[in-house]
Amino acid sequence: MSIFIDNDTRLVVQGITGRDGSFHTTQMMEYGTNVVAGVTPGKGGQSFEGPGGRQVPIFDTMEQAVEQTSPNCSVIYVPPAFAASAIMEAADAGVPFIVAITEGIPVLDMARAHAYADDCGSRVLGPNCPGLITPGQSKVGILPGSIVMPGPVGVVSRSGTLTYEAVYQLTQNGIGQTTCVGIGGDPLIGTKFVDVLEKFRHDADTKAIVMIGEIGGTDEQEAAEFVKEHIDVPVVGFIAGQTAPPGRTMGHAGAIISGAAGTAAEKMQVFRDNGIAVAERPSDIGGLIKDALGV
Amino acid sequence: MDLHEYQAKEIFRGAGIPVPPGKVATTPDEAEAIAREFDGLVVVKAQVHTGGRGKAGGVKLAKTPEEAREHATDILGMDIKGLTVEKVLVTPGEDIDTEAYAAVLVNRETQAPMFMVSSEGGVDIEQVAEENPDALTKLHVDPRFGLLPHQAYELAVALYADAKLQRQAAKVMSQLYDAFMNAGASLAEINPLITTPEGEVKAIDAKVSIDDNELFRRPEIAAYRDSSSEPDAETKAREAGLTFIKLDGNVGCCVNGAGLAMATMDLVKFYGGEPANFLDIGGSSNPEKVVNALKIITADPAVKVILFNIFGGITRTDDVANGIIEAMKQIDIDVPIVIRLTGTNEEIALEILKDAGFEAYSTMDEVVKKAVDLATAAAPSGA
Repeated sequence: MSIFIDNDTRLVVQGITGRDGSFHTTQMMEYGTNVVAGVTPGKGGQSFEGPGGRQVPIFDTMEQAVEQTSPNCSVIYVPPAFAASAIMEAADAGVPFIVAITEGIPVLDMARAHAYADDCGSRVLGPNCPGLITPGQSKVGILPGSIVMPGPVGVVSRSGTLTYEAVYQLTQNGIGQTTCVGIGGDPLIGTKFVDVLEKFRHDADTKAIVMIGEIGGTDEQEAAEFVKEHIDVPVVGFIAGQTAPPGRTMGHAGAIISGAAGTAAEKMQVFRDNGIAVAERPSDIGGLIKDALGV
Repeated sequence: MDLHEYQAKEIFRGAGIPVPPGKVATTPDEAEAIAREFDGLVVVKAQVHTGGRGKAGGVKLAKTPEEAREHATDILGMDIKGLTVEKVLVTPGEDIDTEAYAAVLVNRETQAPMFMVSSEGGVDIEQVAEENPDALTKLHVDPRFGLLPHQAYELAVALYADAKLQRQAAKVMSQLYDAFMNAGASLAEINPLITTPEGEVKAIDAKVSIDDNELFRRPEIAAYRDSSSEPDAETKAREAGLTFIKLDGNVGCCVNGAGLAMATMDLVKFYGGEPANFLDIGGSSNPEKVVNALKIITADPAVKVILFNIFGGITRTDDVANGIIEAMKQIDIDVPIVIRLTGTNEEIALEILKDAGFEAYSTMDEVVKKAVDLATAAAPSGA
């Protein structure tokens, strides 16, 4: 089993003709993702040539793409200025799961887009995230397919490349993954740690979870409490930013809301207090998962 | 991006918020001339990107133009929390009856703009939040509809009992929300929002932070950037599309992705070294970005070794490899470079580096250990 995406995922790529969009569409198709459509305004009627000469129809609008190809997932590689609009377009067209890869979307644009997607009943993953991958079935986003393998560990992370680091290590240790999810590093993200943990909780194949957080905000603290209350499988955690200088990314006013500094040390302690095994180094994650699984 | 008080006040005035006049001086002569123009009591205020200016002696009252000149002489060039004061704002002094607090910011949890107001203003608002949380009123705004009139009134009622003051304050709240949205801000704060004995509501201090992601479509706000208030390397990095933060160590770090960059710094420390910087070369890296990154890192004389840690996803590792080769042609690098590259197009990248005589490592621990060893060997005194 898996969460969010699997063999039944039918993907539409928004921004399929751009540099990153076209490169990663090819990569996703090579991995086996069923890409059913692409959208680039002004290029409707053309087609995208994937690996092995496979043709993917391109549409001008999401409405047309949905009507003609029935996707159940969308991935967004649109530049920052237009990305929030692309998310709302996908939600409006009725796509239930929208993965926003784009980095640098204005926060106030995302405040509107999240509210809009919520009203449409769509889930947004990201933005500023690497997407997700269910090994052996489907990949949506930019995670390198070569570093994963099917198995019992669910992975959830705020980071992109740090997720690859952890996943790669699991795979090298012969431990596969159910689904690896990158939730994104932006202040306003559509799917948080607790949302992903809730999904893993109901996935019978997920026997252990790796959770990778970083400084700032309070999502990790909230997730730690959720783990203690609801998660029965072992959880291994890592927090990046132990040496990060304070005050560089966190605003004065942000600290008032959280009521705490959101430092790595604090988050690691909250993890420990709630029964999560904390990895001091990324390279300790594999060993801790091995111990937890008894393999 | 943080704005100076005088810039934030320009934005507030543009939105219609009652803000006393004021002018910026860079010399004592100018400060004196401005004070003469205002003809009366003035306040001379240091313009630096930090709080606690008053406590540091950066805000002073002057009764005469001569006194304004003296204060400007003291304040200009003053060091406040490591920042040098290069400008002062000269503004007429106000008679203050009450001091309140009002701010709009983006709340991560509710994913919406949020107002925070308190009738206890003019003080450290974090302290109010901690000691007397009931004195702080919070209100969320649906960004699709904006601040609704009844919400603006609710905020005003939380601040004042008097109907005339409430009407003025409700207007200020709407104007503050407009200023916040139109500037693409992440924070817009008035502290204090005063009332005068004549029954007027005025903003006598202003703080605005802009979401950097908004600047591409707001050139008029981007022009407010004061590069003299940040380290030279950080200005150069930003112009090159890199995220760079200068630190005190000697291991120069060049990493893709903020999370991995932080974890790399953490690991340098774990193995007994000290990172010289945080540097995220970002996604879709092209060779030019790597060239710029190396120029910025090597400009720091403290750097004894350069550590690359690249895990390719959206970043193609062959782009990074080409960038390193290109940079070696363009600049003289006299410190060792240790490289770890893995992920997308890894085979091509390793081939490129091998042909150029580099040794590439496969794990993060190996490469970090190597970098720390080289840095330690280059600085045997532990400097």
